[in-house]
Amino acid sequence: MEGLTLSDAEQKYYSDLFSYCDIESTKKVVVNGRVLELFRAAQLPNDVVLQIMELCGATRLGYFGRSQFYIALKLVAVAQSGFPLRVESINTVKDLPLPRFVASKNEQESRHAASYSSDSENQGSYSGVIPPPPGRGQVKKGSISHDTVQPRASADQQEPASPIVSPQQSPPTSPHTWRKHNRHSSGGNSERPLAGPGPFWSPFGEAQSGSSAGDAVWSGHSPPPPQENWVSFADTPPTSSLLTMHPASVQDQTTVRTVASATTANEIRRQSSSYDDPWKITDEQRQYYINQFKTIQPDLNGFIPGSAAKEFFTKSKLPILELSHIWELSDFDKDGALTLDEFCAAFHLVVARKNGYDLPEKLPESLMPKLIDLEDAADVGDQPGEVGYSGSPAEAPPSKSPSMPSLNQTWPELNQSSEQWETFSERSSSSQTLTQFDSNIAPADPDTAIVHPVPIRMTPSKIHMQEMELKRTSSDHTNPTSPLLVKPSDLSEENKINSAVKFASGNTVDGYSSSDSFTSDPEQIGSNVTRQRSHSGTSPDNTAPPPPPPRPQPSHSRSSSLDMNRTFTVTTGQQQAGVVAQPPAVPPRPQPSQASGPVVHRPVDADGLMTHTSTSPQQIPEQPNFADFSQFEVLAASNVNEEQDNEAEKHAEVLPVEKASDPASSLRVAKADSKTEEKAAASVPANVSKGTAPLAPPPKPVRRRLKSEDELRPDVDEHTQKTGVLAAVLASQPSIPRSVGKDKKAIQASIRRNKETNTVLARLNSELQQQLKDVLEERISLEVQLEQLRPFSHL
Amino acid sequence: MENELKFHYMVHTSLDVVDEKISAMGKALVDQRELYLGLLYPTEDYKVYGYVTNSKVKFVMVVDSSNTALRDNEIRSMFRKLHNSYTDVMCNPFYNPGDRIQSRVFDNMVTSMMIQVC
Repeated sequence: MEGLTLSDAEQKYYSDLFSYCDIESTKKVVVNGRVLELFRAAQLPNDVVLQIMELCGATRLGYFGRSQFYIALKLVAVAQSGFPLRVESINTVKDLPLPRFVASKNEQESRHAASYSSDSENQGSYSGVIPPPPGRGQVKKGSISHDTVQPRASADQQEPASPIVSPQQSPPTSPHTWRKHNRHSSGGNSERPLAGPGPFWSPFGEAQSGSSAGDAVWSGHSPPPPQENWVSFADTPPTSSLLTMHPASVQDQTTVRTVASATTANEIRRQSSSYDDPWKITDEQRQYYINQFKTIQPDLNGFIPGSAAKEFFTKSKLPILELSHIWELSDFDKDGALTLDEFCAAFHLVVARKNGYDLPEKLPESLMPKLIDLEDAADVGDQPGEVGYSGSPAEAPPSKSPSMPSLNQTWPELNQSSEQWETFSERSSSSQTLTQFDSNIAPADPDTAIVHPVPIRMTPSKIHMQEMELKRTSSDHTNPTSPLLVKPSDLSEENKINSAVKFASGNTVDGYSSSDSFTSDPEQIGSNVTRQRSHSGTSPDNTAPPPPPPRPQPSHSRSSSLDMNRTFTVTTGQQQAGVVAQPPAVPPRPQPSQASGPVVHRPVDADGLMTHTSTSPQQIPEQPNFADFSQFEVLAASNVNEEQDNEAEKHAEVLPVEKASDPASSLRVAKADSKTEEKAAASVPANVSKGTAPLAPPPKPVRRRLKSEDELRPDVDEHTQKTGVLAAVLASQPSIPRSVGKDKKAIQASIRRNKETNTVLARLNSELQQQLKDVLEERISLEVQLEQLRPFSHL
Repeated sequence: MENELKFHYMVHTSLDVVDEKISAMGKALVDQRELYLGLLYPTEDYKVYGYVTNSKVKFVMVVDSSNTALRDNEIRSMFRKLHNSYTDVMCNPFYNPGDRIQSRVFDNMVTSMMIQVC
């Protein structure tokens, strides 16, 4: 480069300009962005500017050194003077007017203009610069409320026809103008401290006052200064706005002056995007970005894939290279996708670029995603300086200080979104979902474990009972069919007794019934017989016999509760109807014990059994009552008496037996072998019943005999009572079905109750049947006697 | 300019060596270590190092032989950085694979790397 000789004025002017452009105060190199802005403000054609840059060597060097800058300024002057740009013209052209740079609203700038050139000219140019693109003009017209706008407005007023005005309407124009335009239109840009662009031109004004001040203004970058500038803007009269321009306001103006380099492809962008404090995103912008983000990706926490972003930003008609650079800047995590923050940053950069801002080399702090720590943000803050140096001048210093507070202030959303982003990433990366999944699985296990193949059958059946027994024996928790559960020998003697009583009655009944009606079940009969035998024995040994009978029966698939099986089967066969009818009534009673016993263990079962037995007596009497009732109706008085006697005996037997008053039965029960108590119980009742039977032990026949008509009444009463009880039991049955609908336990409990009821009823049935038989036999005998006596009576 | 042409020539010839090396490797063997091909061949003036990515993108580094301080580990780290930067470039949707890389970040990285060794 040729040596540059500058006049003193030129020297001073150039130094001021250099200081203006020297954002970083390096005193050696100026920010390219600033320089470009400056050159644009020179109202020179872009090609001329480029040529100047090439000539001065900045293009080669990539930056503007002082010498380059001076040369460039000189060339600007040359160009503005209309001289052809030549390297030689730097020194050859003499008496060049100082280069004029429009949009210097600064007072000093105007002074500069005045000193260096005609004020009007400067102002004119200035005003012309102010509304570089049409948008600016619009902005200026509209924005009066904004201080920053005012200067521009004044500028507009001053120069409605700005030569520099580019046809760009909105965003394409410099971001400043854009912002102002937006401010006008939106009115919400008051926050935007166009400090960024402002500094551009403020230096001009500042240059005289003190480049350092100008620098300070820019470096001071903080919202207050710009605001103050705005205030000053407002205060300054339109005409004198230029003069009274505060550096910051000047900055704003410079921003306004920023020539829109690119035309906005999206008007929306225009409206929304604007440079605020070079890189700060206002709320409006942010909201607009968010809306745009939603158009691509409804989920604000999601990513925009690179392809979609590419399409979107290609619409901005920016060069691919610039878009590529914007992407590099904005895709902070280098994942090929844009989060909301990244998208906003990219959008903001695009807008800035469209408005003429040079892209920074590094992401400005204000655009940095909030994902990173503040430390990183701080580091980024340092970058703007470099950015300003290498990139758009307005960005760095202005963005430094205000960026941090602005970050925190204006980007609460960003924080949230960043947090969301972070959480999103965390969510995506963490295995929480897996753990949750696992935890979800875990709870299912207990349910599955709980599931027990317990058949739910309300009607007693041999198979069902067997299954129940099997399950009971196989599983720890007791089945609802407590009677079956009772069979385990763990029950205490009392329990056994009670249960035995209960079952015995049932068994006896079964035995009787089986003996009478179940001719097809010789086994059962045999068992009954054996029971009877055992009963007749009424000896401790009876306990032994009772158990065996049930066992030998091959019909019993299970070793345990064979008696009950038989009993139940017998009863089922005989009195299934009745039993079925009755079972419903039974469960309600034992509910307290049964309900608690879904998982009742054997001891508990014993208790349950006890309760069951306690209730069973009621049941039994009820059942017998019921049965008695029917029998009562059917049988004749005598027979009825007998039956009643039998029934009563049975009841009495049952009762005393249940009360464990029968030592024999108790013994039998107690001595019931390991076989289910049911067996013993069955045996006991069998014994008891057998006692009532012809083989009946002394008390029974005595009872029967004793029971005469006299007993009829009490029997009747008892029957009635029992029938009443039975009816009550039956009445309570209906409630069971309802309970069945409840949870499993309730179902199981109800099942247990029903089975118990079934057992009891079956027993009762068998007993009653036996009684009936006995009564019938007696009746026959009596009739025979009558006949025998009749001839005599006739005599 | 001359050097540029010479370098271009060297890189092109080294590509043949790279292909030779990667073809020699088992196709199933593609790990980090084998990405670095090492010294392809030394000339009197320069050493050429090769590196191939999993996507068969080849990096060729020509180093001045006079630079004896440059160790193999450093070369590896440089290649690693190159690879990382290249992947970042690829992440850019605006970058079409095969185009000349115009990423400033990439260029800065390369420049800084070169400055380190110089």
